[in-house]
Amino acid sequence: MSYHVNEKGFYGKFGGAYVPEMLYPNVEELRQNYLRIIQEPDFQEELQHLLKDYVGRPTPLYFAPRLSEKYNTKVYLKREDLNHTGAHKINNTIGQVLLAKRLGKTRIIAETGAGQHGVATATVCALMGLECIVYMGEVDIERQAPNVARMKMLGARVVPATSGSKTLKDATNEAIRDWINNPEDTYYIIGSVVGPHPYPDMVARFQAVISEEMRVQLLEKEGTELPTYVVACVGGGSNAAGAFYHFLDELEVQLIAVEAAGKGIDSGESAATSILGRDGIIHGSRTLLMQTVDGQVTEPYSISAGLDYPGVGPLHAHLFESKRARFMSATDDEALQAVLELTRLEGIIPALETAHALAVLERLQAKPDETVIINLSGRGDKDLSTYLKHFHFDEQ
Amino acid sequence: MNNRIKSLFAQKQKGLLSVYFTAGFPSLNDTETVILELEKNGVDLIEVGMPFSDPLADGPTIQASSTVALKNGMTISKLFEQLKDIRQKTQIPLVLMGYLNPVMQYGVERFCQKCAEVGIDGIILPDLPLREYVEDYKELFEKYNLSKVFLITPQTPEARIREIDSHSNGFIYMVSSASTTGKTAGLAEQSQVYFQRVAGMQLQNPGVIGFGIHDKETFAAACNHASGAIIGSAFVKALQQEGSLQENISSFIQSIKN
Repeated sequence: MSYHVNEKGFYGKFGGAYVPEMLYPNVEELRQNYLRIIQEPDFQEELQHLLKDYVGRPTPLYFAPRLSEKYNTKVYLKREDLNHTGAHKINNTIGQVLLAKRLGKTRIIAETGAGQHGVATATVCALMGLECIVYMGEVDIERQAPNVARMKMLGARVVPATSGSKTLKDATNEAIRDWINNPEDTYYIIGSVVGPHPYPDMVARFQAVISEEMRVQLLEKEGTELPTYVVACVGGGSNAAGAFYHFLDELEVQLIAVEAAGKGIDSGESAATSILGRDGIIHGSRTLLMQTVDGQVTEPYSISAGLDYPGVGPLHAHLFESKRARFMSATDDEALQAVLELTRLEGIIPALETAHALAVLERLQAKPDETVIINLSGRGDKDLSTYLKHFHFDEQ
Repeated sequence: MNNRIKSLFAQKQKGLLSVYFTAGFPSLNDTETVILELEKNGVDLIEVGMPFSDPLADGPTIQASSTVALKNGMTISKLFEQLKDIRQKTQIPLVLMGYLNPVMQYGVERFCQKCAEVGIDGIILPDLPLREYVEDYKELFEKYNLSKVFLITPQTPEARIREIDSHSNGFIYMVSSASTTGKTAGLAEQSQVYFQRVAGMQLQNPGVIGFGIHDKETFAAACNHASGAIIGSAFVKALQQEGSLQENISSFIQSIKN
């Protein structure tokens, strides 16, 4: 079984490029050029230089002693939260902006949910001196205000998406419409492993640096490159794709994808796509999708804006169907508890998205001699107002 | 087998007026009234929109009409029910237009079969790519005598236009400029160059121009370069005016034709 994209852009039956003809030339231009450009020595040189000196890679693989003690196993945290801009998202935006420049594009658009991808895009656009427009759901603009402020500070224009659930899905629709209307000068930096081929593969490749480093770092610490478990949260699934990438063909490594259950799988307010979704098409890709019997996309819910998405990347749909990855989920409350736990045990405040991955640690029942790597995809600064309110610290 | 789209283009090569509306809008059961009224006012071809929650290629007007239609309870099953006696009342060519996901959930073969049963002549699914159509669905569409209509744009390379032409059977939908539906900036200079380029290619399928066609002037301009033109958003807007559905349809179509 292959877990990599085939020459037609599919992972098993999932993936492809189901785009209107208006987008065909853009997507095709990218498909024909992305591998060639990424492999060019001067591209790699510039990418590696920026990842090291600008982003701050490699990020540490931190052995978490108190968390390990509590769960009686060996827990390592891959510190993507220590990247410049505070999450893994910049690994991808650096790569794509370099690609956009080589394709001669001058205007950059992006969608964002939690705002981490928006900030990471605005950051690289400032760095490269490119115009930047970020689409963001109206609801998300409200609940992720610090990131909106950062994007504006960086010179990006933040455009509210006001249709549908006014969250990540709708922001993506608006970004795609912008691209249809501006086919010549515009490059669309998608922030997750979603969208038409080649985006899922391209984004996974740029995020793959996470698992590449994990292997080297774990070898130093444990004498083996292979952990027992790799755990990551999944909305669209970019941090999970990066954390899983170099372990996909190492079948003894258990890959754990954690979705947002929202208020509970059966509550009607959830974003657990692998359980609630069916084979369908969203944003140019065939994948698992939350939808009605009639094929209308349903509005997901999660307290975490970054996981509030009705689909999942086609790679993950394939990992789910082929049972290569185990899918779990965590509710809003479980995620919030995990935030407090990590904060008080290790002195690290994680993002709400990331906390979903931490929340399944107890249920994993890992043994004392096993190793668990949790991809700590982002830091919690953007979520502080939610945390203060939920834990009533603002009343103390 | 007779296909009304092919018969239409065999009879009429110039000045064809095609109109799009969203099924289930303004009210759930307006579908038949709108079709019959359009025919009465001399429209040549009708595109019936199957509403979708996430219409990527559409601008605000058609998005909003889709949202209303879905709230009204429109579904593909409901639409086929509404159309089941339509061929006893009119022989105007009917094309269903929508996005792939709802059709996929309905079942593509079941969908094609139902189309044939109620008398649909053609299908437009903008997000069904040419390759997937040819590999997975072409045989099915042909089995049920359905014309598959593809879009081309000013950015579509010549080789691809020829490939699309070879797999089309009905007409080619020429998107006037790089845009979602409902832009009213008029037809730009570059569009004229593109229309002439396509006209010069001597394709086997006739071309019909759509996107941005919203009044008498833009309709006439488009007709100079192709067999006809398609009006969508402007018509959907007209349906929202005060007054009866019949009056709104009649006055809008007459404003285009006269």
